[in-house]
Amino acid sequence: MVPDNRIGIHKRFADADLRCEPVALGYRLTLRSDPTEPEAARKGNPDLAKSPRPRANTPAAKPAAKRAARPTATASGSAEPIIASSVADEAAFALRSLQQAHANNKRYDASDEELLKFYEQMVLIRRFEEKAGQLYGLGLIGGFCHLYIGQEAVAVGLQSALKEGHDSVITGYRDHGHMLAYGIDPKVIMAELTGRGAGISRGKGGSMHMFSTEHKFYGGHGIVGAQVPLGAGLAFAHKYRNDGGVCMAYFGDGASNQGQVYETFNMAALWKLPIIFVVENNGYAMGTAVKRGSAETHFYRRGTAFRIPGMDVNGMDVLEVRQAAEVALEYVRAGNGPVLMELKTYRYRGHSMSDPAKYRSREEVQEMRDNHDPIEGAKAELLKRGVTEEKIKEIDKRIRQVVAESADFAETSPEPDVAELYTDVLVETY
Amino acid sequence: MAIELKMPALSPTMEEGTLAKWLVKAGDEVKSGDILAEIETDKATMEFEAIDEGTIGEILVAEGTEGVKVGTVIATIKGDDDSATPAPAAAPAVEQKAAESGAPAVQDAKAKAAAAIAPKSDAKPAADPELPAGTTMVPTTVREALRDAMAEEMRTDDRVFVMGEEVAEYQGAYKVTQGLLEEFGPQRVIDTPITEYGFAGIGAGAAMGGLRPVIEFMTFNFAMQAIDHIINSAAKTNYMSGGQMRCPIVFRGPNGAASRVGAQHSQNYGPWYASVPGLVVIAPYDSADAKGLLRAAIRSEDPVVFLENELVYGRTFDVPKLDDFVLPIGKARIVRPGNDVTIVSYSIGVGFALEAAETLAAEGIDAEVIDLRTLRPLDKETVLASLAKTNRLVVAEEGFPVCSIASEIISICMEEGFDHLDAPVLRVCDEDVPLPYAANLEKLALIDASKIAATVRKVCYR
Ligand SMILES: Cc1ncc(C[n+]2csc(CCOP(=O)(O)OP(=O)(O)O)c2C)c(N)n1
Ligand SMILES: [Mg+2]
Repeated sequence: MVPDNRIGIHKRFADADLRCEPVALGYRLTLRSDPTEPEAARKGNPDLAKSPRPRANTPAAKPAAKRAARPTATASGSAEPIIASSVADEAAFALRSLQQAHANNKRYDASDEELLKFYEQMVLIRRFEEKAGQLYGLGLIGGFCHLYIGQEAVAVGLQSALKEGHDSVITGYRDHGHMLAYGIDPKVIMAELTGRGAGISRGKGGSMHMFSTEHKFYGGHGIVGAQVPLGAGLAFAHKYRNDGGVCMAYFGDGASNQGQVYETFNMAALWKLPIIFVVENNGYAMGTAVKRGSAETHFYRRGTAFRIPGMDVNGMDVLEVRQAAEVALEYVRAGNGPVLMELKTYRYRGHSMSDPAKYRSREEVQEMRDNHDPIEGAKAELLKRGVTEEKIKEIDKRIRQVVAESADFAETSPEPDVAELYTDVLVETY
Repeated sequence: MAIELKMPALSPTMEEGTLAKWLVKAGDEVKSGDILAEIETDKATMEFEAIDEGTIGEILVAEGTEGVKVGTVIATIKGDDDSATPAPAAAPAVEQKAAESGAPAVQDAKAKAAAAIAPKSDAKPAADPELPAGTTMVPTTVREALRDAMAEEMRTDDRVFVMGEEVAEYQGAYKVTQGLLEEFGPQRVIDTPITEYGFAGIGAGAAMGGLRPVIEFMTFNFAMQAIDHIINSAAKTNYMSGGQMRCPIVFRGPNGAASRVGAQHSQNYGPWYASVPGLVVIAPYDSADAKGLLRAAIRSEDPVVFLENELVYGRTFDVPKLDDFVLPIGKARIVRPGNDVTIVSYSIGVGFALEAAETLAAEGIDAEVIDLRTLRPLDKETVLASLAKTNRLVVAEEGFPVCSIASEIISICMEEGFDHLDAPVLRVCDEDVPLPYAANLEKLALIDASKIAATVRKVCYR
């Protein structure tokens, strides 16, 4: 019954010119054009539905004209988020609807100020990670240390759309960038890397295990895939308390193969949890290239079986990332349940400091650095807009100073007091 | 301002390496990301990248130089950009700074810890008594011994295959499966996705279906994702089927603390698995035991959990050159005979126990050291016979103290060796806390030779 129906829908709207680019996708999905019963209107969070759209000045809310071209509830004047309304029945499952919205309007219309801020945050992450690599080489950082170099636009673009301290963020062990993008002080991060008492985990966690409940940054997890259900739990808490918050849960292309990810997808969709699953597809899981470890390499499609809409996003352009975040957040905040975003990105360095990275060619890395670098991209855009070279240099210089200070702090502050060995095992005494 | 380029530490355990090749020469312009040199460690060849822009000043360590200590200045870069980040202060200066501010010198503590880990050359375990006289001994690392065991079994039994994360093309995350893909091909040496629960189950199913899987966990910390299959599927099936359906599988990989990898990557699961009837649990220390016992594990009709230790992989010990060197499962070994007190240990703890025994010998305490080698079934007889001789016993275990192998040994001594005891049996274990990352706290949390020696003095009332 269902498949037939689906074919019917497919045929019915095949002429409506609502298809996604079939070449890029390898398959075709249509948007429903006659939402008879907008689901969000029935089920959406009533508070959110009533309240004015957030960020009325953002492009997500602006181009009413563009949207009017699409036959959605919003276009016909309802205050409901457009995407939600297309999830009306079994056959019209709007798996591709968010992708369509993203394709229609790819780049965030940032003000100069905003773009400068993105640039600054990305440069901060880059310089911080370079410094961490250096300190590792000197033996000041031990254990495993995974750098975020190359992936900066992902954390900065996505998290700039979140409400810091309100929306939750969780990730794996490659976590320095997400923390910096959430405004956490580089000093206490670097001091954690060097294992000092002033570190954000008092030196007891290290690079892979850092947290800031104040910022709603929930780690920092060393077990590949574990952060995905934990993230859904954070989303569960947002929904339970009805506080309007969402959780952004990051994981890798390699982590995407863990079973618990799919258990989580099912429950998150079933219970319409406010969560954005973010696959940071950087091409490799340690030495395993995506195609050697994954049967379905288009990670954004992996929510299909759970009716989670997917988005395929260029993770090397901070403005595309940010715009995609706008679309996803609008959908999730309206109470429609999870979104699965795949961010195509690249790590320039080895998996960790001890990875010789022999599984890829130097040329491949160089090509990404030369032609797709997110920082260079943002810089070129700034220059094109007429921002002066001096202004950019000034930022670079300031960031170098910030990073140098954090390294200095991390090198000179003392190791934890030995009494710390026994604290924090349990909260209470029994 | 000239920037000093120092020999980098490329892994948590690296102390020195070979400067294999320079890709730049004095006078070359370099920029961030340029490859400067290739550096070889015992695990891999790594590329060393420039972080700063500038001109190569001087090459101070020639290519081909072996044993270059981490932190040695290998070249200098003349910065041509005043905003270039200066290299952080040289390590000795850091030490001094730290000392001035009253903080412990990290570098120093690290070096000392490393020294404590390396066994003294005269503290080698005695040769296995079962060997025929005149056998040639070949110095072999534990890493190679494990690989050789798998390769030899794969050559003689085509049911044996190896599966796990990064075991094939990458040659093993810790290079234990080095060369196996080349010799046996992708049908028998199989890279998996990061899917521990799934591939442990597939392995158990393949064993039930008549194959002999060797399942590598990158570390046993990640086997917690898969523990249901290890216990509910592999360990219990033979019993539940009344002996009809077997599961001859080996789950192997590094276990226990490595070097500053934090609480989630540093646990010893020996006591967990050893508590489960239906499993065989092996945790060898030296190369010969690693080889002989892994071969036995692969041949066993039972599911075996084979616990290795990353810090021991690079150590070299003699391995007898014998065509069919297989050791008995379930047999402990007296690695150092003695009369005054018995130290029972396993895995990396054996190295510490031997070192402690040397220290104690100088004080006139003659300690016998027993390597359990197999944790389940436990060789009670060897432990109790030694206790009957020395009347004093200490258990040294790199792992949590509560519900440990030490607890088990102590209860065996109480139940079956009470009449021989001249002192309470004591245990030396890690502190009862999740393993901290900070260098000073980690060192305090883990066992070492001096903690063992101090405890031995206690039971000897010295
Ligand atoms: C359960 C588990 N299995 C294996 C590992 C070892 N490990 C750490 S990171 C990693 C690769 C993960 O790759 P991916 O998810 O693509 O993330 P990336 O490192 O590329 O950011 C592996 C296998 C682990 N930490 N946890
Ligand atoms: Mg990856």
